Amino acid sequence: MLLSVLIGPPARKRWYPSAIVGLTFVLSVAGLVVPAFTAAAAVPIQTPNIFEPVSTPAYAVAELSWLVLAITGAIFVVVGSLLVYSIVRFRARPGDEGREPPQVYGSNQVETAWTVVPLLIVFVLFLATTRTIITVQNAEPPPDALKITVVGHQWWWEFHYPELGIITANELHTPVSDRGNRRPTVLTLHSDDVVHSFWVPRLAGKTDVIPNRDNHMWIEPMEPGTYVGQCAEFCGTQHAYMLLRVVVHPRGEFDRWVAEQRKPPVMDPRVQAGRDLFYSTACINCHRVGGTVATGTFGPDLTHLMSRETIGAGVAANTPKNLRAWIEDPDHLKPGVNMPAMKLTEDEVDKVVTYLLTLK
Amino acid sequence: MTVLDQTMAQPRPAEARLPLLLVLHEWVTTVDHKRLGIMYICSGIVFFVIAGLEATIMRWQLFFPNNDAISPQVFNRLFTMHGTTMVFLVGMPIIIGMANYLVPLMIGARDLAFPRLNAFGFWLFLFGGLLLYFSFLGGDGLYGAGTAPDVGWFAYSPLTGRAFSRGNSTDYWILGLLVGGIGSIATAANIVTTVVCMRCKGMTLGKMPLFVWMLTVVSVLILLVMPPLTAAQVMLLFDRFLGAKFFDTQAGGSAVLWQHFFWIFGHPEVYVLMLPGFAAASEIIPVFSRKVIFGYPMMVAATIAIGFIGMGVWAHHMFTVGMSAMSNTFFTAATMLIAVPTGIKIFNWLGTMWGGRIRFATPMLFCIGFLLQFLVAGLTGIMLAVSPFDWQLSDSYFVVAHFHYVLIGGLLFTIFATIYYWFPKVTGRMLSERVGKWHFWLFAIGFNLTFAPMHISGILGMPRRIYTYEAGRGWELWNQLSSIGVIFQIAAVLIFVWNIISALRHGEPAGDDPWDAWTLEWSTTSPPPEYNFETPPVVRSRRPLWDLKHPEDPDWRHE
Repeated sequence: MLLSVLIGPPARKRWYPSAIVGLTFVLSVAGLVVPAFTAAAAVPIQTPNIFEPVSTPAYAVAELSWLVLAITGAIFVVVGSLLVYSIVRFRARPGDEGREPPQVYGSNQVETAWTVVPLLIVFVLFLATTRTIITVQNAEPPPDALKITVVGHQWWWEFHYPELGIITANELHTPVSDRGNRRPTVLTLHSDDVVHSFWVPRLAGKTDVIPNRDNHMWIEPMEPGTYVGQCAEFCGTQHAYMLLRVVVHPRGEFDRWVAEQRKPPVMDPRVQAGRDLFYSTACINCHRVGGTVATGTFGPDLTHLMSRETIGAGVAANTPKNLRAWIEDPDHLKPGVNMPAMKLTEDEVDKVVTYLLTLK
Repeated sequence: MTVLDQTMAQPRPAEARLPLLLVLHEWVTTVDHKRLGIMYICSGIVFFVIAGLEATIMRWQLFFPNNDAISPQVFNRLFTMHGTTMVFLVGMPIIIGMANYLVPLMIGARDLAFPRLNAFGFWLFLFGGLLLYFSFLGGDGLYGAGTAPDVGWFAYSPLTGRAFSRGNSTDYWILGLLVGGIGSIATAANIVTTVVCMRCKGMTLGKMPLFVWMLTVVSVLILLVMPPLTAAQVMLLFDRFLGAKFFDTQAGGSAVLWQHFFWIFGHPEVYVLMLPGFAAASEIIPVFSRKVIFGYPMMVAATIAIGFIGMGVWAHHMFTVGMSAMSNTFFTAATMLIAVPTGIKIFNWLGTMWGGRIRFATPMLFCIGFLLQFLVAGLTGIMLAVSPFDWQLSDSYFVVAHFHYVLIGGLLFTIFATIYYWFPKVTGRMLSERVGKWHFWLFAIGFNLTFAPMHISGILGMPRRIYTYEAGRGWELWNQLSSIGVIFQIAAVLIFVWNIISALRHGEPAGDDPWDAWTLEWSTTSPPPEYNFETPPVVRSRRPLWDLKHPEDPDWRHE
């Protein structure tokens, strides 16, 4: 009786559904991957594509990544084709009912082959990987490398240039390198609160920014330009707006930028009212303006605020209008931000903004 | 001769309709492994729908750049709850439900070794899940404003400390999972005991179905890795309530310590979830290819190897925390090594299909989808194992794509295959093949449309867990494709639920053995009686029903 139970619904004998599974799949993967890489060349510079490196460690990683992609791509094509082939070739055909195919229990030779071949592939990949790990991680920076300390905060970046006496925020400035004249930048990473991660894809892989721990990484940009990135480890409410910009200057320009940043803050007599207001409110508890009573360290340094392209760690362009909106109610532009609305009157906001606009 | 032929389908008396309260009482007080298995899987499906809705809202928010459909606070709660739910309240109960229902049947036992412990485990899981979801109503307790946890499913410290996570949302996360974790440990111990002690006569370890082998390895893994998570959660509770400083970086604690604890659990957990998928595929692919599994001993060896190596790869989740070059090299090597046994499995399934007569019923379609998608998941896994590549890809959308190819393209496809394959056994009725094919195709299209583009957005530098992104970064198209894919997935899931409901009402009767299969569960009635088998079965090979159906060429001559 057991043998006479229903064999279930008639098995489908047409082969094309299975072939379509395979084809759709191969096409969807290929169809997505290939244009992405070709499109990558055409997308605007703002796309932080890991396959468009402009800095030494990012080149090393991208080079290895292409190798890995090629090997895994080849494996995908071979194994995927075998799967699709066996699905099509060994589909049940009309007339097969009740006949069982030969039962093959295994094969030592074949099984050994598909154990050993992957082992060899893995071994090659492992060697290539180890080489890149060592090139990137154990590189000795030259003694004249620029040193910057990065401090991660909820949700903005602070940059110290200890040798140059500069403190700035959210936009990191470095000099360009070229083969004859190397000027890498070594970053020491700290966190003031929770775990963050420093990631500017075109310059280097990411490194986590961990409280109570010093991490290090380095970049060596070979082309001037502005490169975007952002915090890559979830760090709370505004993780999405903890953006990073790295401005890579041609050599002379970097020195000019340094000179500008080292100047004391502008003391424009025309904005005395706004400055007094700034000094006399809670602003100075969190913000610093070099050489004044404003010595707070909880928020970004404002000494040269107007030299920056964005405010709120990239949430808005640094325009008078946005600056005004920000001071009126930071939470409106960046919900959850730690800076409170100071409850200033319209007139007071105008005065503070006018003052801030002079901090070039 | 075996006793299998005595377990014929008994003519079942027309079920008298019991009052609803009585039925409910029966289900609540049951210690029957089959009923508990069904309850595990059904609650898993309910949580799956909830977590899917959470994902849908997130995809809606990410459709446009600079979108403000939901606030960052809500978005952060959604992805935390989505991830936590999918792992602990969808993946775990469904795989434990599969083990519950099938392991005793496959080894010819009447129940698990400790039926009451089994019920205890289920109720712990369910109430743990409800406790977690209660946080939406009562996260801030008496303050009135409910909040769900918003620290991400791996809850990195010190974001979970009192200083950065005020209120009680994180406590709900800790306690909900802690309770469910104890349930998982209890059930794992139960399954191991059952497999060791309660196999039917003749079923040596070498004759156990691969499904049972793999779920045994899974249970051992749960026993080994759940306690570290529980311990870490207790330490975190101490930090939050008793002034301990394990993870309090402001008082000298270590943020990285939590990461080690979490991933010592978290990585083997991936195999805990994925091996049952392999287990189901290892039963379904042979039946629909009409061939014995290719290389059974290798499959067992590969499973055990994955279990062992899987315990030693956790820090590949931490390539970016600034480990030494030596550590990065070690964990790269260990992680790549695991590709070898995993590859063996894929090749053995391929070897099983090779030379077969493949029937494309819905369970097999889902297995084929699984094979191709899991191949992609494995290969992106190798990319992520290459630590320098991982420095770029870690915490980007590429990782999101990778683990969804593992857990959806791999695990969920095999879970669907499992449900289509064993539903006739569980209910005595067939799911509709026609509707099942719609379900498969819509889901395969939707899944790939949603998750394949995430590989690209990750390569283009998009980090995960951001509630919005700037226009002009080249991420719009990929996010929009992802979001459109969700529509197909929703349609597929609706079709699936409809298929189940209509099959329960007026599905074709299944009979005992609708797929012409070979393992013991198909020798009893559908659904099986409470005592499973009238007389304890006796087996001589890995495919007792094959022996019965082919007395001229039984398996035991070849094993």
